[in-house]
Amino acid sequence: MSSTEAAAGEAHGSGAYIHHHLQNLQVCKGEHGEWVWNHCTGNFWAVNVDSMFFSILLGVLFVAMFWSVARKTSAGAPGKFQAFVEIVVDFVDSSVRDTFHGKSRLIAPLALTIFVWVFLMNLMDLIPVDWLPLAAGAAGIPYLKIVPTTDVNVTFGMSIAVFVLIIFYTIKNKGVGGFVRELTMHPIAPPTKGLGLIAAPLIIAFNFILESVSLLAKPLSLSLRLFGNMFAGELIFILIALIGWGQLPLHFGWAVFHILIVTLQAFIFMMLTIVYLSLASEEH
Amino acid sequence: MDINIGTLAGQTIAMIVFVWFCMKYIWPPLMQAIEERQTQIADGLAAAERGQQSLDKAQVEAGQIVDEARRQASGILDQAHARANEIVADGKADGVKERERQLTAARAEVEQEVNRAREELRGQVSAIALAGAEKILTREINAQTHEDILGKLAAEL
Repeated sequence: MSSTEAAAGEAHGSGAYIHHHLQNLQVCKGEHGEWVWNHCTGNFWAVNVDSMFFSILLGVLFVAMFWSVARKTSAGAPGKFQAFVEIVVDFVDSSVRDTFHGKSRLIAPLALTIFVWVFLMNLMDLIPVDWLPLAAGAAGIPYLKIVPTTDVNVTFGMSIAVFVLIIFYTIKNKGVGGFVRELTMHPIAPPTKGLGLIAAPLIIAFNFILESVSLLAKPLSLSLRLFGNMFAGELIFILIALIGWGQLPLHFGWAVFHILIVTLQAFIFMMLTIVYLSLASEEH
Repeated sequence: MDINIGTLAGQTIAMIVFVWFCMKYIWPPLMQAIEERQTQIADGLAAAERGQQSLDKAQVEAGQIVDEARRQASGILDQAHARANEIVADGKADGVKERERQLTAARAEVEQEVNRAREELRGQVSAIALAGAEKILTREINAQTHEDILGKLAAEL
């Protein structure tokens, strides 16, 4: 469905158009064990095929680009592409060095992967909203959402990996006891002697609730921030596309603004990952 | 927009794989190249600094050498002038001496010549006188008888 058709469409034209654009291409197992496409609402085991496809495609693109440079890299005068890659690497490296003071072989490559990968996924937002879904429709694919970061599963999948790393680094650097203490002894230190001991379990429970929420809020906010920004941006692109021919200047303006959001959100996701992991490995 | 485990787990696994690959094959060589280049650039800058310093030093040294050479040259020039003056003075003195010597020799020779010519002339005059007297006397007397007188005459001339 093109934008002009959508604008001049039937009673539920715009609603259907928007809904169509926000629908993932899904596959799941049906009741009888057969594979079912696109009737997976509420099925917890479904896979968003389009999100996964573009996410992995862009991840492979990132890996291929950087690997092609890394393979034949040399300390001599770099080529233009090598220089570009090294600028990105150096930027990420200095960001990590500024924030994370421990030693870790993982964090800098993790930050680089997150930054470039999320950036590439966000960048898909700049492809006009109808191009690929229309092409896919012509090829017989009913739904296609091309921006993986507008899928909450994708951003959540990444933030869960970060969350696991946060717990891993906390336990690695402070021990299981340190992890438990961090959850129970802050922010109010429970009394250790006298009558106050009676209140200690209460305080510990209070601390635990507070700290658990703040711990769980980290991955949640990380993923929802990225998802929310990209989803809202995508939605506005779809709304602009509904206007018809008048969309061109609006689309251009929003796209230019979106270049900022695309980069900024990728940077924020990377930076917060570094900050969370450095908090996990340092006493504070 | 529903949460589904397939996408969630798929994305997490994809992320782990990409991060692992980046950590293993992308980050280390790139970082190594960047750090190597940093050292190279730092070394290059230090070398340039050292080069500049040694150039400055060499320029100072060259200036000193040129000054020294100039001083030496002017010294040599002075010496040469003095020597030339000496030679000229020597030459003058020699010339004067030689002239004196030759003058004396010439004078002595001239005197000798004059004396010889005088002797010769004396002999010739006496011969002429004798011849004259003989011619006179052949009319009257024999020359041999008066030879002692004629000899005395010639000696007196």
